Amino acid sequence: MAAEITAPAYRVIPIVPALKPDAMEGVKPFVASEKIQDALGFPGTLPDDWHERAIAKMGELLKKYRSLKVYLDACVHCGACTDKCHYFIGTQDPKNMPVARQDLLRSVYRRYFTLPGKLFPKLVGARDLTKEVLDEWYSYYHQCSECRRCSVFCPYGIDTAEITMAARDILDAVGYGQKYSNEIIGKVHTIGNNLGLPGPALENTMEGLEEDVKEDTGIDVRFPIDVQGAEVLLITPSADFFAEPHIDSLIGYAKVFHAAGVSWTLSSMSSEAANFGLFIGNYEQMRKVALRIRQAALDLGVKRIIVGECGHAWRVAYSFWNTLAGIGAGADDPYALMLQKQLDQRHKQPTHICEYTWDLIQRDALKFDKTKNDHLVITFHDSCNVARASRMGDEPGGQFDIPRNIIRAVANNFVDMDENTIREKTFCCGGGGGLLTDDLLDLRVKGALPRMEALQAVVDSHGVNYLAAICAICKTQFSKTLPYYGFNMRMIGGVHQLVSNAIILENKQ
Amino acid sequence: MSIASILFAALFYLAAITLAGGLAYRIADYARTPAPLKIPTTPAPTTTGGVVFRMAREVFLFESLFKSNLWIWLFSILFHFGLALVLLRHLRYFTEPVWSWVVLLQPFGTYAAFPMVIGLAGLWARRFLVERIRYISTPSDHLMLALLLAIGLSGLSMKWLVHTDVVALKTFFLGLMRFDVEPLPASGLLYLHLGLVATLMLIFPFSKLLHAPGVFFSPSRNQVDNPREKRHLAPWAAEMEK
Ligand code: SF4
Ligand code: SF4
Repeated sequence: MAAEITAPAYRVIPIVPALKPDAMEGVKPFVASEKIQDALGFPGTLPDDWHERAIAKMGELLKKYRSLKVYLDACVHCGACTDKCHYFIGTQDPKNMPVARQDLLRSVYRRYFTLPGKLFPKLVGARDLTKEVLDEWYSYYHQCSECRRCSVFCPYGIDTAEITMAARDILDAVGYGQKYSNEIIGKVHTIGNNLGLPGPALENTMEGLEEDVKEDTGIDVRFPIDVQGAEVLLITPSADFFAEPHIDSLIGYAKVFHAAGVSWTLSSMSSEAANFGLFIGNYEQMRKVALRIRQAALDLGVKRIIVGECGHAWRVAYSFWNTLAGIGAGADDPYALMLQKQLDQRHKQPTHICEYTWDLIQRDALKFDKTKNDHLVITFHDSCNVARASRMGDEPGGQFDIPRNIIRAVANNFVDMDENTIREKTFCCGGGGGLLTDDLLDLRVKGALPRMEALQAVVDSHGVNYLAAICAICKTQFSKTLPYYGFNMRMIGGVHQLVSNAIILENKQ
Repeated sequence: MSIASILFAALFYLAAITLAGGLAYRIADYARTPAPLKIPTTPAPTTTGGVVFRMAREVFLFESLFKSNLWIWLFSILFHFGLALVLLRHLRYFTEPVWSWVVLLQPFGTYAAFPMVIGLAGLWARRFLVERIRYISTPSDHLMLALLLAIGLSGLSMKWLVHTDVVALKTFFLGLMRFDVEPLPASGLLYLHLGLVATLMLIFPFSKLLHAPGVFFSPSRNQVDNPREKRHLAPWAAEMEK
């Protein structure tokens, strides 16, 4: 790794870069310690029979996941996806082209699970699974943010994220886990959030916020925690409790709840929306994390679950909670019905905070002073998991329109970036999918390149000075990487931060 | 009866059985493997009708490829639609009397071999000329294109350069369909063409040509976007709740 990390130069015209083979060879995050692995029930280190275990795990996943099986078979090497990945664009390493990334696993699949690969490995690009191959997996499957951009452009919808998840699941099964993600999952299991923030600390923080907002606005906005029988349970990424700029959006949600006059609560037992089980592709871990939310909802007896600004968390909540923990509707099994009967089914379960706020705006239940945001020229970064793996509202594409509608309702100056870099074609921030760790900073800076180019264009043409996002990872990643590209790190902020700026509040009894 | 007739008859029975059996096995295998999570690439349709429409756009228009890369899209469309017309035209060798719509297609089918060959040549050229695609290409990618191109060119040669006795050829194939071996016209070019086609049929179920059935089973394209409204649970995942 280079001693000093610098941003790659903007492409003069955004053409596809030339290949730089092995440019990122060996770049990899820290490996999980035995203790971290143990806590999740994974082997602590590479066992002697790792080879058999890895092949067996691949066989198991091929039986459990149609996506994996079909995607490994169907690719025709057409090359349509080759220039679509931000990590390829930023690093020029050909193994970061989505199809080449898939081939790292596909070559092994062919060797052990298909006839031509068993008979003529060279001909079909099949290879034995060696320790070198395993190391290569560890490196390049941690250079994918599972953003699904490639799947939009593939004629068969092949989603490299699915392949990456399978590869990481296999790596965990042979004791070769990633420190960052696995350590965090361990903290959620024991303490209830990614940061390892215990209940009392959380209560203190919330009290502090109440005082801050009172000082700022003169209004008693509550930040309740563990309130039995509250109407709404708010599940939000724990970064919202203390990180900048995340916390300003948390204040925004609280103000919206205040204005709506609804009773809401956080849960100290389940104070995390993030679910890194997704990143490591492990169904059991993902389920175990989701079950805490089910438990909190049952314990507190809430009617409604609302999810704060977080990209992959919204994917898990929207797409998987119903499957994993019966949080949703339309179940006929007793397990899921237990909770589904308790929840108020007139609302979508779960609801995104943007859906909630936009609904109130449409019903004229919120008042704004838009001029409070007049010092800002705003653009919106679609977060990949929200854009390509979830929805908001009733219409497909609501996940693009609703946040933009909110911004337009609370601010006067909004402009979109180049259409090839937003909505379903949005570029990842460069830090998603379990890569938001300092040991991968070089990769993160490079991966941000396409987004930074698009941002630069609207900064130059419209004087944009606020990059709005609804994802905790995007917010942290941009705070860190914006300065590498010569921007102010405070440009990044949440959508509800803008809501917070403009909302007009009254004291309620 | 020539040895060649008997050999080709045997080859085509083998190829047909492998193709049908292999594909049936693959399709059953895909269908049997659960998709445990809802992973449509969004924005996705919220109804089954919408999904059918989305799939139809993928299969007939190559919608995603169109968004992605116009050159690959163009060559792929030329190749696949050329091939489809050519295949339909070939039905005349297997039906007596020839179905009327196949008769209508005849003039288009005859010329469709040209776009098919142009498309293939374009796709192959990209494997040499575009650095990224050169990097990902395996020997089998090249061989597959060579095989298809050779099938197209040998067929075209018989149509335009060295004519074959198509009446006798048809008698041969109609015979095969009655499990009866009729004499196959002796022609090197025809042997080549038929041999290559049989090869293609034989490798189809074991190769990346599985993209044809695969596209229908791709969860990112064929799932309805309704996870909040309907609980989606794979059998192996349901076990965990017991
Ligand atoms: S999922 Fe995203 S990061 Fe991974 S290969 Fe595809 S485009 Fe690249
Ligand atoms: S676009 Fe799809 S089929 Fe084409 S090379 Fe990429 S993954 Fe393979």
